[in-house]
Amino acid sequence: MTASDTVDIQIPEESLQPIEPGLRGWAWVRRHLVSTWYNAVLTLFMAGVFAVALWWVVRFLFVTDFEILRVNLALMMVGGFPRDQLWRPSAALIITALLIGVIAGMATASALERARQSEVEFTAAGPLTLVRRFWPLLVFIVAVLLLTQTLTPWLIAGASLVSGVGGYSIGRVLPSAVRRFGLVLVVVLLVAIYAVLSGGGIGWDQWGGLQLNVFLTVAGIALAFPLGLLLALGRRSTLPALRVASVAYIEFIRGVPLITLLLMGIFVIGFFLPSGLRPGNVTRVLIAITLFESAYIAEVVRGGLQSVAKGQVEAAQAVGLSPWKNMRLIVLPQALRNTIPAMVGQFISLFKDTTLVIIVGMIDILGASQAANAQAPFLAQGLHLVTLPFVGFAFWVGSYTMSREARRLERKLGVGER
Amino acid sequence: MDRWRAALRPALPLATNHLGGDDKVTPQLISVVTSTVAQQTARPPWWRDIRILRVVVQVAATAVIGLILYVLWFNLTNNMRRIGIELGFDFLQQPVGVSVTGSDISAGSAVWRALVVGIKNTFALVVVGLPLLTIIGVLVGVARLSTNWLVAKAATIYVETLRNIPPLLVILVAFFVGILPLPTIQDPVEIFDLAIVNNRFIAVTGFTANPGFSTFMWIMLGALVVSAIVWRWRTAVFDASGKPHHRVLWSLGVMLGLGVVGFLVIGRPFELSKPVLDGRVLTGGYSGLGGYFAMLVALVLYTASHVAEIVRGSILAVPKGQTEAANALALSGFQRLRHVTLPQAMRIALPPTINQYLNYVKNTSLGIAVGYSEVTLIAFQAVGNGRPAPQMVLILMASYLVFSLVISAVVNVLNRRLQLVTQ
Repeated sequence: MTASDTVDIQIPEESLQPIEPGLRGWAWVRRHLVSTWYNAVLTLFMAGVFAVALWWVVRFLFVTDFEILRVNLALMMVGGFPRDQLWRPSAALIITALLIGVIAGMATASALERARQSEVEFTAAGPLTLVRRFWPLLVFIVAVLLLTQTLTPWLIAGASLVSGVGGYSIGRVLPSAVRRFGLVLVVVLLVAIYAVLSGGGIGWDQWGGLQLNVFLTVAGIALAFPLGLLLALGRRSTLPALRVASVAYIEFIRGVPLITLLLMGIFVIGFFLPSGLRPGNVTRVLIAITLFESAYIAEVVRGGLQSVAKGQVEAAQAVGLSPWKNMRLIVLPQALRNTIPAMVGQFISLFKDTTLVIIVGMIDILGASQAANAQAPFLAQGLHLVTLPFVGFAFWVGSYTMSREARRLERKLGVGER
Repeated sequence: MDRWRAALRPALPLATNHLGGDDKVTPQLISVVTSTVAQQTARPPWWRDIRILRVVVQVAATAVIGLILYVLWFNLTNNMRRIGIELGFDFLQQPVGVSVTGSDISAGSAVWRALVVGIKNTFALVVVGLPLLTIIGVLVGVARLSTNWLVAKAATIYVETLRNIPPLLVILVAFFVGILPLPTIQDPVEIFDLAIVNNRFIAVTGFTANPGFSTFMWIMLGALVVSAIVWRWRTAVFDASGKPHHRVLWSLGVMLGLGVVGFLVIGRPFELSKPVLDGRVLTGGYSGLGGYFAMLVALVLYTASHVAEIVRGSILAVPKGQTEAANALALSGFQRLRHVTLPQAMRIALPPTINQYLNYVKNTSLGIAVGYSEVTLIAFQAVGNGRPAPQMVLILMASYLVFSLVISAVVNVLNRRLQLVTQ
């Protein structure tokens, strides 16, 4: 389950270099496959394993009947979302592409500007680099498109591509004065996505499928972040009352599984509210996730706070900054920058943990897979072996891409190298 | 005048600022300095006094937290009274309403007895899983750094796949791939009379205790003490003379010898018991439910992939000079790993590994997915049968907290010893 999935171990750069670079051909084979007799045996054995695994994958891809996925694709993606309102998630997808495009464009533009100021070479990542970096995502999108039964998803994918590229070009040309308020633009687009999805009387209690997983992850982290920040500051406070309260909360939450909190959210939260208030299931789950995640984010932020050199705080005091300004202008910007990789790790593990909502009876993508196998045409045919790999692939694509990007970012930010 | 200057030197820049750069000590300067000093030492007004503010903030924070807790408690008692649920823990004596496979819990058994069975089932996953996942994690972590390209690639694929999919999904896959396709209980597979495999449970040959087994256990405890003494003695011999100590051989030999003697003296304190299936009733041997094995395999593999990452990182974090020194001493690859790299990597790896152990314990709460009756599933079912949810969830959380605290306490002691020994 959650807790830091990231490994906070400092690996010296030299350890990552190959031992004998530049071996080619037969020399490479001798060194890396058959250096000793037991290595040769191992190589043979592993080659066998790989052959069997490859055979399975090929058979899975070309022999399996994907009918169950084809029929239930909408269920997997959006759950029980009203079928006559499907344009809403489609529109949301297109706006999301726009959002990502704008962010990427603005990031590229400011990176170019910084590079120009400090006179270093910088070239924006071309389409080929992007394909190399995001190939799992592309494979997933193509797989989903191949499973569709109508033309509409192709059109949506095309429109998303166009809006993404458009957003990128907009982000690139925005003057830096506007870029400073980029966060506002991002928030506006996020609100737009939410408004499109929940308009027309569709509350988030009707959301489902992969959309629900993504929503719970994003909303959970966003809601838990302010709480986690306060808890982290409380834990490092010199005031015993605040410290004890924060430590008690953090350690309590970190000691129990998410599912106990979900059970609490479903069965118990009603008792804690005034008798008129009856939140829907998604709201309850979101409350539980927020309570849970804030404790872990608090620990992530605490790590970031600890990484800020003491001299920074002392220097800020020496120039006469008030404690509040010291925190806001000196400590937090450095601390939060250092937490980005760990925060992505937290994001990934919450993304995986959102599958637990099926236990309290919600239809996320995993729940949709289970539900599909309970449908009359697909019942008891062992089709879990078709749906589960698909669901697993969806999660793998998201988690793997994010963790790789986080590692890239970590290298770029040079976290832990100062 | 010079003494004045010395005394005022720290305050001079401040004072000369006031006077426009003239650093002659004049009565005017002295008055400025003394007034500045007086300003700094006098107590500020109470609303800016840090000593008072600290108290005020803490009292306010305590009051707010207290108020929130009070409102929650007020609502809770109010709502429960309204619905007609009792507040106390008397319900623990009431029937649980479900039967638990693989135990003597039936619908009429008391809730607390069912919970105890659930905790035992959780413990059964933990006690087998933690050593297993450690072994697999270390092996895979080392394999990722192997010079054998295929082995390293296979380990990388394993780690990168398992780490990035939800544990719940891994459990479901293990169940649907590994357990469900097994033959049914009507038509089980029997392996040489030693094991019975079907999709309900897996039973293997085990031991049953005869009279005198407890005496035998005491003898074995004594043997453990003796072998510990032998261990120390061999270590002392090695320290004193440098002769090979062979501690493991000696200790194990002594323990086994004493065990055999005890076995013969008491006269068969235990014997083999083979699993026998009569209709649907299993007797003898050791058995585990299908759900148990699905959980065990899935969670061990999932957590091991995280541990492998930790092990790999820790090995890489050992300074390169250590490996080079080991090579210079002509240690073999295995010797280098066993005596130089791994002991040092272990120190780095232990704290994050504790986290993974705790994650493993918390993930055992997913038994509900495959119907394995660990404590969460039993609590869930009891709530479904009308037992009060707030108390049940509280008990559930408390039992996981105890699990977590015990594990982190044990491993922390280990950690402290490791750190001290190697410093």
